[in-house]
Amino acid sequence: MSIERHEIEKLATLARIAIDDSTINEVSERLGSVLELVDQLQAADTSGIDAMSHPMQATQRLREDEVTELNQREALQATSPDTEDGLFLVPKVIE
Amino acid sequence: MHNLTIAELIRGLQSKEFTSVELTQHFLDRIGSLNPAYNAVITVTAEQALKAAAAADQRLAAGNAPALCGVPMLHKDIFCTNGVRTSCGSKMLDNFIPPYNATVVENFEAAGAVVLGKTNMDEFAMGSSNETSFYGPVQNPWDTDCVPGGSSGGSAAAVAARLAPGATATDTGGSIRQPAALCGITGLKPTYGRVSRWGMIAFASSLDQGGPMARTAEDCAIMLSCMASFDDKDSTCIDREVPDYSATLGQDIKGLRIGVPSEYFSEGLDPGTEKAVRAALAELEAQGAELVEISLPNTGLSVPAYYVIAPAEASANLSRFDGVKYGYRCEDPKDLQDLYTRTRAEGFGEEVQRRILIGTYCLSAGYYDAYYGKAQQVRQLIQQDFEKAFASVDVIMGPTCPSPAFKFGSKGDDPVAMYLEDIYTIATNLAGLPGMSVPCGMVDNKPVGLQIIGNYFDEARMLNVAHQYQQVTDWHSAAPEGIL
Amino acid sequence: MSNWDTVIGLEVHVQLATKTKIFSGASTAFGAEPNTQACAIDLAMPGTLPVLNKQAVHYAVMFGLAIDAEIGKESAFERKNYFYPDLPKGYQTTQLEKPIVGRGNVEIELADGRKKTIRIHHAHLEEDAGKSLHEGDFRHGVSGIDLNRAGTPLIEIVSEPDMNNAEEAIAFAKKLHSIVTSIGICDGEMSQGSMRFDVNVSVKPSGSDTLGTRTETKNLNSFKFMEECIAKEVERQIDLIEDGGTVLQETRLYNGDTKVARSMRSKEEANDYRYFPCPDLLPVIVSDETIEELRRNLPELPDARQARFVEQYSLSDYDAGILSSDAAMANYFETAAEKSGNAKLAANWTMGELAARLNNEDLSIANSPVSAEQLAGLIVRIADNSISGKMAKQVFEGIWAGEGSADEIIDARGLKQVSDSGALEQMVADVLAANQAMVEDYINTDEAKRKKKLGGFMGQIMKASKGQANPQQVNQILAKKLNELL
Repeated sequence: MSIERHEIEKLATLARIAIDDSTINEVSERLGSVLELVDQLQAADTSGIDAMSHPMQATQRLREDEVTELNQREALQATSPDTEDGLFLVPKVIE
Repeated sequence: MHNLTIAELIRGLQSKEFTSVELTQHFLDRIGSLNPAYNAVITVTAEQALKAAAAADQRLAAGNAPALCGVPMLHKDIFCTNGVRTSCGSKMLDNFIPPYNATVVENFEAAGAVVLGKTNMDEFAMGSSNETSFYGPVQNPWDTDCVPGGSSGGSAAAVAARLAPGATATDTGGSIRQPAALCGITGLKPTYGRVSRWGMIAFASSLDQGGPMARTAEDCAIMLSCMASFDDKDSTCIDREVPDYSATLGQDIKGLRIGVPSEYFSEGLDPGTEKAVRAALAELEAQGAELVEISLPNTGLSVPAYYVIAPAEASANLSRFDGVKYGYRCEDPKDLQDLYTRTRAEGFGEEVQRRILIGTYCLSAGYYDAYYGKAQQVRQLIQQDFEKAFASVDVIMGPTCPSPAFKFGSKGDDPVAMYLEDIYTIATNLAGLPGMSVPCGMVDNKPVGLQIIGNYFDEARMLNVAHQYQQVTDWHSAAPEGIL
Repeated sequence: MSNWDTVIGLEVHVQLATKTKIFSGASTAFGAEPNTQACAIDLAMPGTLPVLNKQAVHYAVMFGLAIDAEIGKESAFERKNYFYPDLPKGYQTTQLEKPIVGRGNVEIELADGRKKTIRIHHAHLEEDAGKSLHEGDFRHGVSGIDLNRAGTPLIEIVSEPDMNNAEEAIAFAKKLHSIVTSIGICDGEMSQGSMRFDVNVSVKPSGSDTLGTRTETKNLNSFKFMEECIAKEVERQIDLIEDGGTVLQETRLYNGDTKVARSMRSKEEANDYRYFPCPDLLPVIVSDETIEELRRNLPELPDARQARFVEQYSLSDYDAGILSSDAAMANYFETAAEKSGNAKLAANWTMGELAARLNNEDLSIANSPVSAEQLAGLIVRIADNSISGKMAKQVFEGIWAGEGSADEIIDARGLKQVSDSGALEQMVADVLAANQAMVEDYINTDEAKRKKKLGGFMGQIMKASKGQANPQQVNQILAKKLNELL
């Protein structure tokens, strides 16, 4: 099973991973091989079976609405790639 | 000193046979001299370690020492360590120094353990051979041409090479048990929710679980008693008392019902491995346990289900690595999209990229039901298999992995060959059950692991069974050549 | 009569008035220095995990109770995946399959008195994003990211497309504002983005059952902009279709300052959000006990308050409607009414002078320089005739400017109205004596036209009294004295 070039390109766009044109066939082939593996799922009879998202039958705990986190900007931005006046800088965001 | 177990080191420290500083220095020296051959440790925190050791010695002298006071340890580089680089084996986080500790790290600190450094691992814990690390592969101390397993290969190799008496690790699809098996040590993946995931960098959040690696079950019990805790910072952590796992190691196993799943002894299992595992089962039978043939019919579906669910969760978990807030950023991005796509193409290795793409595919419009939805249903089937089995048995046993350590590069270019390495370990992660690997033999001078799968929160029983086995066998004390 | 029907649905983002974020213990206070309220969880630092804020859950349930909706006793969170610099995790944690609030209803009242029910499809909990700042001293071509707002709890309220014109849409939006501020789950500060509206608009030939293609205009944060935007969008769509074009399904932006709307992205470019259950969060269970407790303690809703104002303060339905629409205004009015003992004047002043002045200065009633107690003090002096209506406005300005209470200002400015009839009689007599020519003129004027001449005397008397004479009394005395001269 292989996966079409345009599909790889769409995935790469969604996942924001640049894929070099020269490697796209190889990527496609290997992804295809994995998809062939996961396609074995189609054979399973799952009629009437609920989807399972969590291994444990637990429910969400709720936190009290109290401020516990104080300003740690300096520590949290210590290894940031690019900051100025406390802001994270990125190439211009165009809406 | 490096051949002593954690239990013995604790006694030695408390009876002042040696000090923590001596012990710590000894292990630091070993790391200095032996690690270049194995590449198991990627960050050494000598200065902090010696300082912590000195403090531990004071507490030991004062007589108010906590459980692991002065015992040296290593942390897998997936656990955030305040002020110490936490890379997760990735170029993406090569420069990342968290200003906070993982709860597991806090727990060991509170127990007085001395952290020697951080261990190598497959990038973002994605791999079964430790070949995907940005810091290069880890060599198996039993055969340096072979892989140590993964993703916790650095922790496993470090313990096997006696660079530390114990190390933390994580297991998403077998990442504690498989390297433990391949390196001839004991490792335990606890029940999902037993150990806090706070500060443990996420691969697949509904599968990830931290656990101990050491040479003996007794040491794993000591470590787990400290590592497990209820943590309200992790919503999936279960509020349940942590037993003293060491306290229940002395029970005999007469009448223990061991389920032996036929699916774990089928095609693809190396004959030497099967022989070793069968021999271990026979040994347990001789001690009074009862072997019960069982079936886990959906075992074959666990690998495909896992390779949908884990990549799907990972594809979202790894979106935060975007070059904006921390970690790697590509040079001179020409615009925002360039910043994203190049940062992620350059910062992530091939396997990580592949899994992100697979996860993206399985969640995308038109494929969700066929892949992700279906995998979640199969996950339910797999859990039901175990539920049925545990209605009639106390533990389930089989091989940890299909064969002993393999040579670097031997799985070729096809990722699926590597994925099948986890065929016996993955199902327990999907179900959230605890599993462990115990050394049970050798094939071609390479260790073989016996896997013990327990019911939910039945770690105490598993550790006791493993400990009883280790009382009558000595595979766990075998050391690779040149190590002693 | 137009040949087209308009169909409008709203998606409303309401910031919940919790102290902390939905998944972290960082403060949600508005206006802090950039990134000082973005903790490790809000920044999506590796290894961090979310824990759900109880108050956010309770606020969402309260909203559900206020609109008589089904409450999701078991709700769940999903991840919505997309990349944006103000979205630190690369996904938004939101609810899709099992929202916390199900179907409900909101009744609106229109200008002509007509009532209409707008159905709510559902409301769900989610986290807000941060902000991208494009202006500042950054290097060229760079934006700054402030993640203080990231993780602020929101409920997104999704209506059915039940509105047919801008008036209905605005009435619905205002009613939601009124409900969420009345039950105290949102501060309602539109200028701070506490409520933001996405407007879905489509048009179809009159009477047609088939819905037209809709566009969505995002992030409107004022009723005025919403009104403008809907009018423009309806006109644009009709023009487009009448010119033979087709409406594209797209996301649009409307700039309220420049009054320009534009396309942001078309459906083809739309993201594939890859929703899936968030593995870091477990199912959220709201017990019947919790629901009942929240129901018992639910503050008064706007409709109930309107009815009460009519009953308790004898206000007109219309006045009661205006005063009860905004929780802060309602509280202000009630305080002023009770402290002054004069509900009618309190209502007039709250809706009149105060509202106009606040509106001019772009202030919310919560930040009014004149407190309800101060207004009550003023009303007391109007009611007991100490000051005239004209003086009252001067006093009000004085209070606004911070000069003190009504009484202090009346004293300081010597504004006390002269109502002592002896003094007034003397004053009138003096003015008549001093203006004999005017008096002659008055007497010689035809009876029918005499009334007009009174104004001249009034002006003289008010001038002589420095404006402090009670005008009604002066009028009576003047008429009486002049009549005596005839």
